[in-house]
Amino acid sequence: MTTEAGSEKAEEVKEKAEESAAQTDQSEKATEETQEVTKAESEVNEKEKEKEKEGKEGKGISRYLPTWLKKQKSQSQTSPTKEAPPAEEPDSKVTQEEEAPAPEVNGHAEEVEEKEEVKSEQVREKEESHSNASADTEPVKEEKVEESAEKSPEETKETTEGEGAEEEKKGQQPEGEAEGGEGGEGQTSIFQSPLRLVRKSKMKLVVCHVTLLDGTDFTCEVEKRAKGQYLFFKMCEHLNLLEKDYFGLTYIDTHEQKCWLDPTKEIKRQIRSNNWQFSFNVKFYPPDPSLLTEDITRYLLCLQLREDVASGRLPCSFVTHALLGSYTLQAEFGDYEPDQPRPLDNIGQLTFAPNQNKEMEEKILELHKSHRGMTPAQADAQFLENAKKLSMYGVDLHHAKDSEGVDIMLGVCANGLLVYKDRLRINRFAWPKILKISYKRNNFYIKIRPGETEQFESTVGFKLQNHRSAKRLWKVCVENHSFFRLNAPEPPNKARFLTLGSKFRYSGRTQAQTRLASSLIDRPAPKFERTSSKRISRSLDGAPMISITEAENGREPHLELHSDSKVKEVDVSPGDAEATSLQSPGPSEADLSQDHDKTQDEVLKHQANISQLKRSFMEAPPPSPPQPNQWEKRLTSSPATTIRIQQQQVTTEVEIEETVVVQEVSRAAKPGLVTVTPIPPAEPTTEQETSKQEVKAEEKVVTVGKEEPKKQESVSSESESEEEAEYHPNVSVSISHTQIPEEKEEEEEQEDDKRGEQEVSAPDALSLPAEVSKPEEEANRVEEDAGAEKKTDAEEKEDERETEESTDDPMITPDEAPNGLTLPEEGETGMSAPAEEEEEPKVNGEASLVEVEQRPQVICCSEPPVVKTEMVTISDTFAAQKTEIATKEVPIVHTETKTITYEAAQLDGNDGEPGVLMTAQTITSESLCTTTTTHITKTLKGGLSETRIEKRIVITGDCDIDHDQALAQAIKEAKEQHPDMSVTRVVVHKETELAEEED
Amino acid sequence: MAGLMAGFGHYTHAVVRGIPASLAKEALRSSQAEVDLAQALREHEAYVEVLRTRLGLEVVELPADESLPDCVFVEDAAVVCGDTALITRPGAESRRRETEAMKDALKDLNLNIVEMTDENATLDGGDVLFTGREFFVGLSKRTNQRGAEILADAFKDYAVSTVPVMEGLHLKSFCSMGGPGLIIIGSSEPAQKALKIMQQMSDHRYDKLTVADDLAANCVYMNLPNKGHVLLHCTADQFPESVKVFEKLKDHMLIPVSNTEKVKVDGALTCCSVLINKKANL
Repeated sequence: MTTEAGSEKAEEVKEKAEESAAQTDQSEKATEETQEVTKAESEVNEKEKEKEKEGKEGKGISRYLPTWLKKQKSQSQTSPTKEAPPAEEPDSKVTQEEEAPAPEVNGHAEEVEEKEEVKSEQVREKEESHSNASADTEPVKEEKVEESAEKSPEETKETTEGEGAEEEKKGQQPEGEAEGGEGGEGQTSIFQSPLRLVRKSKMKLVVCHVTLLDGTDFTCEVEKRAKGQYLFFKMCEHLNLLEKDYFGLTYIDTHEQKCWLDPTKEIKRQIRSNNWQFSFNVKFYPPDPSLLTEDITRYLLCLQLREDVASGRLPCSFVTHALLGSYTLQAEFGDYEPDQPRPLDNIGQLTFAPNQNKEMEEKILELHKSHRGMTPAQADAQFLENAKKLSMYGVDLHHAKDSEGVDIMLGVCANGLLVYKDRLRINRFAWPKILKISYKRNNFYIKIRPGETEQFESTVGFKLQNHRSAKRLWKVCVENHSFFRLNAPEPPNKARFLTLGSKFRYSGRTQAQTRLASSLIDRPAPKFERTSSKRISRSLDGAPMISITEAENGREPHLELHSDSKVKEVDVSPGDAEATSLQSPGPSEADLSQDHDKTQDEVLKHQANISQLKRSFMEAPPPSPPQPNQWEKRLTSSPATTIRIQQQQVTTEVEIEETVVVQEVSRAAKPGLVTVTPIPPAEPTTEQETSKQEVKAEEKVVTVGKEEPKKQESVSSESESEEEAEYHPNVSVSISHTQIPEEKEEEEEQEDDKRGEQEVSAPDALSLPAEVSKPEEEANRVEEDAGAEKKTDAEEKEDERETEESTDDPMITPDEAPNGLTLPEEGETGMSAPAEEEEEPKVNGEASLVEVEQRPQVICCSEPPVVKTEMVTISDTFAAQKTEIATKEVPIVHTETKTITYEAAQLDGNDGEPGVLMTAQTITSESLCTTTTTHITKTLKGGLSETRIEKRIVITGDCDIDHDQALAQAIKEAKEQHPDMSVTRVVVHKETELAEEED
Repeated sequence: MAGLMAGFGHYTHAVVRGIPASLAKEALRSSQAEVDLAQALREHEAYVEVLRTRLGLEVVELPADESLPDCVFVEDAAVVCGDTALITRPGAESRRRETEAMKDALKDLNLNIVEMTDENATLDGGDVLFTGREFFVGLSKRTNQRGAEILADAFKDYAVSTVPVMEGLHLKSFCSMGGPGLIIIGSSEPAQKALKIMQQMSDHRYDKLTVADDLAANCVYMNLPNKGHVLLHCTADQFPESVKVFEKLKDHMLIPVSNTEKVKVDGALTCCSVLINKKANL
């Protein structure tokens, strides 16, 4: 809209690549790709601020350009004045925006959804606070800039701030969130947003009911558009819980499934109903509860486990039931007192086990006697010590079927993925064994690292009841892997290449982080009431109500506790007053505001307490499955339910397929190979600098589009619409397109094997185990033995090919198996390249066609015989060479084909130099689109080595795909992956069915 | 406080059974070897003597039953863990009645008896490897999936993983526990494969002690008060190479036990006793 916004140019590509690499961190939280694209735009705009004449391409063409090459149209829609009377008020604005750029955006439902998301986040963000320049608001701020240009200069400042140090931002997170909490309360901050002012005079509040672990109900009001984390933090406030990362909130979705509330998203958008009912639950069961810092955390974990055990969700034997029950009694009632009117005479009213009987109760009482003298905290600790050893502790079960249609269950836990048939464990995939986790529709896949005896990695697939279950399982896996195995959460979009699927990533702290944070907790052990004793006493008339407090623990002398004001408060009335007021269904305004104020205070107190922890106190996010009862009831879904009709029925409809090929080339002065990987960015970069090597890169984007079936399911939410996604579980695997991580993995594997080989042939067998066992993860070692690498790469390539071609593996879906045939071709291309650039597009084109044919979903033959072909070459201003574009032989009829090539400046004419092929590697991954990455490293004359990366992306989608976004995204990701390389060529091919009418 | 899974290898009682004369001719076997009954009786007596006098266990000795030629191999008739005893349904039809006497004996020891009544289920105790942390159940000629499921049901606290037994009669025909977290494994390919599977299926790390002979990998491990780690293993006469490996276990009290005859009818050391820890009762 503004001049500012319009500033786009195709500048020095390399520069941008670096910039975008720098941005990677910022975008950690970006959840939807719309955001990212927008962000990409914003970066260009804000950072480069260079005016550039707009290409004379027509509208039609510009669609296919990288966004950074063309005008920022979408931004101009962000005018608050355009409000229309909305059906659903909060969305209205967004809808407006969506409509305006319609020609560009195509009104894809999903995208609309996502934009809404963005928008709402923006709003929310503003409400929260100015200082809360969290990364995920980045794209949004971009829009804000424009608004602020007209409205408040202050906003602009904020934005610039936000642009700044990402590190700091992260650090600020906790505060930001906490402030967010305040923001909700004190509504003033809401009005700082000009947007808000225009829209509404008052924020709507909604009453949330949260069922706590002790069975009580907590009621609080939140602003209607509050995010999950707001409510969650309120809960933690209420519970006085600091080690909150193990916990989460669940809700029942419209399909009666229990889902985890995503803290980063608006509550309203998740629950999708007016039932603001949640429960507070343990999300990640700590493998060793004794490592928790606070007793209160252990207590809450105990409550969860008691319920798990009593419901049968956590199966255990008779003896264990009795033992756990006895610890519960000890914790809640203290020592067994034979003289007193035994509260435990009524033990029958307490539930310890699903199949409790007199015998068990006797046993519980008997064992209870033996716990005399044990403090509640000790009893809890003992309870946990025993519970944690149970084989199903912390295992989240999901119904599934194996490749043969046999009913199995998949259990996600701290160590990996377990496969059960009935009650037997029939397989286990430890996280280090898993290379990739993905889902597509109702299929769930894991790609397994090859064992020592196997040559190739294999993909194991499972069928879930429907795509929602598949996605839920996938999310749980992503979260559990991140939480238990990573040191820090993986940025959502890091180095992922044009993914249209779910960008979901775990957004909370990992276990490693939370442990670190916990170790810094410095507060007197909070006194808390064991509320379940309250519950117990309700059922046990006349039972002495022993208020057990946590004075023991060795750490905290009782006196000290009393000096704490908070504690006193609790002391005076053991939580009853507070609890009741909160439970009252219709709290008066006064009550509420009081409550709010208090909470606000507490937030501050907490802040003070944990001020050392400059970390995000954000808690775990989204949907993972439920927790019904018993073995069977643990399942998230009943397999009997009908599988929803999904878009698979391609028969009458067609499919859009887009190919984007990005080719990058870099040359290094060192004979050793230049690793094109963003991972140890320091390394290659330094190398390059010192050696003053020239870096040339080539990037191609080819888009081939075809018509695709309309989704039959209404795209109801940001999640529903994502039919698939993938996740590379290893720390490094997120960039598995690159060479290094792959190698690393192999090494890891070797280590595994070595470990496996370790024998206790030495004298002290029994003392050995400790010494022998190596830490399981030594993941992040980066080895740079060039020779080895070369070999590995070659092998990998071969592996890849093999894997892909092996069609006899029933579990490799046709979709997933990525186009074996194209790869050799690409290899050739690479070898003969760069001299033959002219021809490449053609080759690529053919290749992609091959792909098309291979994809079973694409029914090529159904297409009528009309071809319209359009080709455009765009060269950036600095580009020395303007050649390009090749003719596309388009065997697909009745389609429109467009080819757009972007070529960056060629730095020198080395193209023709004959080189020695050092490595060539092709990796294909798949999500909504297929990405084929080819690495070719050649040694040129003079010991130079050149690495060219060619990426081919096939985007498959229906006509509503926003090509600009997709393309921009692809390019951005390519750059992020290889910040040290530059993009030299982008070729876009698009094929659409004419009938469908584009634009 | 004796908690869950505490004290692996702690035993107070052992149930054994006499050798019927019918063993020599009628006991099931995978090879066609001649059994010297007298020698077998002598060896068995020595075995029981080790348990009773040397190790101080309370030995419950069931009388032999001539109609049950394999009855000396009591291990197959019951799986005892903690104070729960699962009475099995042996895979060999001719051995089903062996469980009756076993059940009575275990009842007398006040164990919680779980019976395998499902007619589709078969399970031999020899296919059950309890590591102290979890169960591995060999799916063999004698043990099927259903049997393993019932075992999993009986011992809910523990993970129960299945391991295909490609060769040999039972899972424990080529492996056994040699201590907490230490698996003794034969060096044959099927044995090594099975170990790999076990390692993959487990959340726990196990060390392995590889011995040259599969049969030698079957040992009886105990952890007894005042004696520490105890390992009953084969004699040097029988498996000299393997014994050299055992002799490296410096922390163990090593007790070579001769087993030249019973092995001819696929009887290994663990087969001849069911070990019970009465004090484990919480």
